[in-house]
Amino acid sequence: MLGNLIGVLFDGIAYGSLLFVISIGLSVTMGLMNFVNLAHGAFAMAGGYACVMLMTRAGVPFLATLPVAFVVGALAGIVLERALYQRLYKATHLDQVMFSIGLVFMAVAATTWLFGPSLQPVRLPEFLRGQVQVAGLGLGAYRLFLVAVVAVVTVALHLLMTRTRFGAQVRASVDNSVAAAGLGIDVNRVFGVTFALGSGLAGLGGGLGIDVLGLEPTFPFKYMVYFLLVVAIGGAGTIKGGLVAAMILGICDVAGKYYVPQIGSFIIYFLMVALMIAFPAGLYGRRG
Amino acid sequence: MADAAEPVAGREGARAGGDALAPRLPDGRWRTAEVVFWLAVVAAYFAFPKYHVIGSQILITGLFALSLDLILGYAGIVSLGHAAFFGMGAYAAGLLAVHGWGEPVSGLAIAGLAGALTGYLTSFLVVRGSDLARLMVTLGIGLMLFEAANQLPSITGGADGLSGVAMWKVLGTWSFGMTGSTAYVYSAVVLFALFVAARRLVASPFGLSLRGVRENVKRMPAIGAPVSRRLVAVYTISAAMAGVAGGLLAQTTQFVGLDVFAFPRSADLMIMLVLGGAGRLYGGLVGAAVFMIAHHYLSDINPIYWQFWLGLLLVVVVLFARGGILGAIETLRDRRGASR
Repeated sequence: MLGNLIGVLFDGIAYGSLLFVISIGLSVTMGLMNFVNLAHGAFAMAGGYACVMLMTRAGVPFLATLPVAFVVGALAGIVLERALYQRLYKATHLDQVMFSIGLVFMAVAATTWLFGPSLQPVRLPEFLRGQVQVAGLGLGAYRLFLVAVVAVVTVALHLLMTRTRFGAQVRASVDNSVAAAGLGIDVNRVFGVTFALGSGLAGLGGGLGIDVLGLEPTFPFKYMVYFLLVVAIGGAGTIKGGLVAAMILGICDVAGKYYVPQIGSFIIYFLMVALMIAFPAGLYGRRG
Repeated sequence: MADAAEPVAGREGARAGGDALAPRLPDGRWRTAEVVFWLAVVAAYFAFPKYHVIGSQILITGLFALSLDLILGYAGIVSLGHAAFFGMGAYAAGLLAVHGWGEPVSGLAIAGLAGALTGYLTSFLVVRGSDLARLMVTLGIGLMLFEAANQLPSITGGADGLSGVAMWKVLGTWSFGMTGSTAYVYSAVVLFALFVAARRLVASPFGLSLRGVRENVKRMPAIGAPVSRRLVAVYTISAAMAGVAGGLLAQTTQFVGLDVFAFPRSADLMIMLVLGGAGRLYGGLVGAAVFMIAHHYLSDINPIYWQFWLGLLLVVVVLFARGGILGAIETLRDRRGASR
């Protein structure tokens, strides 16, 4: 029973890590530009498909495709940001919602046309399959790998944000972009680079998540709620908030589906409404 | 702004002078274009006798879009879960008929009540918070109701849907046949009645105060307008209207499927409204008609292409044609007026 509980907790953490790495870009860009971007999952999907295509068509091993997933996500992000998104930073939230839903529609249709509607397979390397015995508990090897990768990414992000000049510029722009611009920070460039970084992380998450989340053309719609939830619950613009929110979501979703499968996704939606009412600006949000 | 001193002549003067900023006070008079629009609804009945079924669906969706326009176009609440009220209305009307009360008009009233009640109860969660929080809460409520309907097959029929909705004759005279003629007229009459009510509502001081909330939520309390109470009121009214639309669908198709609660219904609705032009009342009706006719023909060719072009259209509308179809028409008209 206890082992069971720990197993569920661990799966929840692994799931949460994945949600975190995909959503953190959305959180930072939303905090930076106050842009409601429903199309974030499309960048994750782009990364996922890049992985699958490299593996199945070019025979590249799984681990080597992950950096490519990051680059594909980041490239897609920077092209779309410079070409389209940046025109809408000052637009109303309704316009932003409609615009990004339009992008998702196009992404879903284009992906179906290019790769077909079916679920894409992933071939994990031998050492990531099966289970690993840790202190007498059987934990999924791939999930351990996930948690480790995400831990590294989180630490790297934290260092980037707190220790580097760029990180300081991002934090200043999130706090007050007008004052930051007044101090000579090229806020526009910071936006662009951050967007690309966020999309790249989403791409990486998409590649990592093929085995756990499944990859098919409707991916951006299927998980849109989860990505938005991480941001909404964590509070836009904070890494810590996103991490906590992603863990809460991951654990509650996995535990709910394991212990009370009959009410299914109900738990997550209930949690979402309850948390949004209790913390309208998110757990760590600064905006009222 | 020479005509600012004559508010009554303001609109005519504005059109001739091409000045879009001239004051446009609502005067409640029916304009020629509006009369033509409603005559077209009547004419469509006689012109396309084979298309009464899809015609009635367009009218119902138009009513649904109208209800969203009240909160989105006028009060500025972005909702991604408006199907919640549509679904409540549909199930209320459907269940009523399944359990032996098939009288349509009273069924619609109860559908409206079910929508209003759901709207009133959830409005307190929605009116607070930022746009993003509202988006999430409306989305969450919609998804919860969908899950609830899915998990309670003994009441709702679950994924199979609620069948056996037996309707009596409308006003004891006209029965719902296979041709959909009764459905068309019935939906058109209900739509028109609620449209007139909505038109009156947005022209009232209440409607003006909603626009004030949309334009500047911080200044409204300063002039003594209770923002939350206004939003709760309009949210409830809008939910009631959506409930009636849902009830209409249940009664005219004599079936209620789970999809009445589904997220795509809410998303499509927003798309129709934005395509038509929000905040104009007619935008939802025009958007619903264009969207559904296009969907009817294009998705026959290939559903995937349809989705792609729809997405492209949305992006283009947002980037280049703010205000949708009606907004574009207004711009053209103003430009032509200016060049004359």
